[in-house]
Amino acid sequence: MTTTTGPHPTRRLILQGAVSVALIGLGNLPFAPALAAANDKYPDEAFKLKNEAEAIKALYGKTPEPSDKIKLDAPEIAENGAVVPVSVTTTLDKVTSISFFVAENPNALAASYRFPDGAIPAVANRLKMAKTSSVTAIVEADGKLYSATKDVKVTVGGCGG
Amino acid sequence: MASSIRVRATSKDDITEVQTLIQHPMDTGLVKDAKGETIPAHYIQELKFECNGKEVFVANWGTAVAKDPYVKFSFKGAKKGDDLKISWTDNKGTSDETTAKIA
Amino acid sequence: MKLRILLLLGSACAALVAFALASPRVIAADTVDPATDAKAFQNFFFQKFPGVKHEDFVNGPYSMNEDMKRQWLEKEEFPPYEFALDAGKEMFATPFKNGKTYADCFPNGGIGIRQNYPYFDSKEGKVVTLELALNRCREANGEAPYSYVKDEMASLTAYMAFTSRGKKMDIKIPDDPRAREAFENGKRYFYTRRGQLNFSCASCHVQSPGERIRAEVLAPALGILNAMPIYRSEWSGMGTISRRFITCNSQTRAVPLEPQADEYRDVEYFLSYVANGLPISGPGARP
Repeated sequence: MTTTTGPHPTRRLILQGAVSVALIGLGNLPFAPALAAANDKYPDEAFKLKNEAEAIKALYGKTPEPSDKIKLDAPEIAENGAVVPVSVTTTLDKVTSISFFVAENPNALAASYRFPDGAIPAVANRLKMAKTSSVTAIVEADGKLYSATKDVKVTVGGCGG
Repeated sequence: MASSIRVRATSKDDITEVQTLIQHPMDTGLVKDAKGETIPAHYIQELKFECNGKEVFVANWGTAVAKDPYVKFSFKGAKKGDDLKISWTDNKGTSDETTAKIA
Repeated sequence: MKLRILLLLGSACAALVAFALASPRVIAADTVDPATDAKAFQNFFFQKFPGVKHEDFVNGPYSMNEDMKRQWLEKEEFPPYEFALDAGKEMFATPFKNGKTYADCFPNGGIGIRQNYPYFDSKEGKVVTLELALNRCREANGEAPYSYVKDEMASLTAYMAFTSRGKKMDIKIPDDPRAREAFENGKRYFYTRRGQLNFSCASCHVQSPGERIRAEVLAPALGILNAMPIYRSEWSGMGTISRRFITCNSQTRAVPLEPQADEYRDVEYFLSYVANGLPISGPGARP
């Protein structure tokens, strides 16, 4: 693999410009949501947003509803914000993507995973948390969005020096 | 130079469990070094897993994924001895890849 | 009648148990026998934490806190010291410029011997730690010594600890007054208060294991070196025993010594000896 994940540098520039406008202005994205999670491009714009709800919208173009079919596992007190093990499993059908958001981080979107056919809808990873925050897992299943949230206390932050 | 990618892939009853650890600083761009200068953001953006030429799992990461990132997932349709190709690209355009045999 | 005898027997047993429990400390206060000291030291922890399995003390704060233990076990599935361990294995196998290797400097080719360090060298009259022995090996073969605190030294000791995992710490105090003196000196260093915060090593790691100091859960002193070297999330990297001692000193706002200063070598000797019988678990991962 070489250096070109984004074959359209101009497109990215335009998107970044649009996001800045949105942040300064109304918080409403002035273009049709890119639905980045649905296609193959790295969702640069969603990763740059600060606010969780806006980042979810930029990534998926819709809002999630809470679901008890998602099991989000995260510690009650993180031993160190630099390495917080977080995992999710779900009994939902036709899962196409799972994403993690940390509301109080400088940028809410932490990681987004795409599940082609045949993948089991579960993922475990390790995140950084700047301070005590809710952690939200978003599951995209059969074209709909579902969420589960858990609070994680952070006593030693994972973003400072 | 050893590969930046460590992988364990094991198959059991048609389900292959994959664990990966990658050596990468995952710098957030928010931390200053000892001289007080900001360490620029440097992080993996995309990590792809392909098995028998087919994409089985794709990760998109921001700066909030921990240093030396780890991910675990499972998929169906592969068997012992199959090749699993893992590749990543970061925000500076650096990339690395490796191929592991499913055990 | 029978009942009375049973009762008497029972109370005699209870008294014996009470005596057995109390006696090591009494003896320890009156003598300078390291074996008795070690027993009293271990019993103190075993009694303070009756729910912790003995071999679990080498897992530091994770033996004290369930929620943290879960996070640790999750990390151990693919531990953060993995890269240091691989690097150490490669370095260990790579010959020096003169064609010799680390294996030539150590008994059993350096494999599975971590539990015997540090040892008292009667020729030198001092304690020799594994880190010191590694750098001496380098210098004897015309190579520059490594920094004692991290990177290469941590990788090498990580590999040597890994090949010794599960082996019981087995530190000897030879029949040499200087060895006994080194042990006593290390013990004195461990219990002496110093620094602006006026803490001794024991203030945290004997009096308060399992409790939080600011945000961190304190590790028990018993077995604390068995897990070295460690990857600390706080450091975002690996650290050696030298690094651990230095940061302990600076955290209590005392002036740290040079790595491998006599006092550090002695306190390592003391701490390792009192952990005799507990398994090597290094390299470790810590918050």
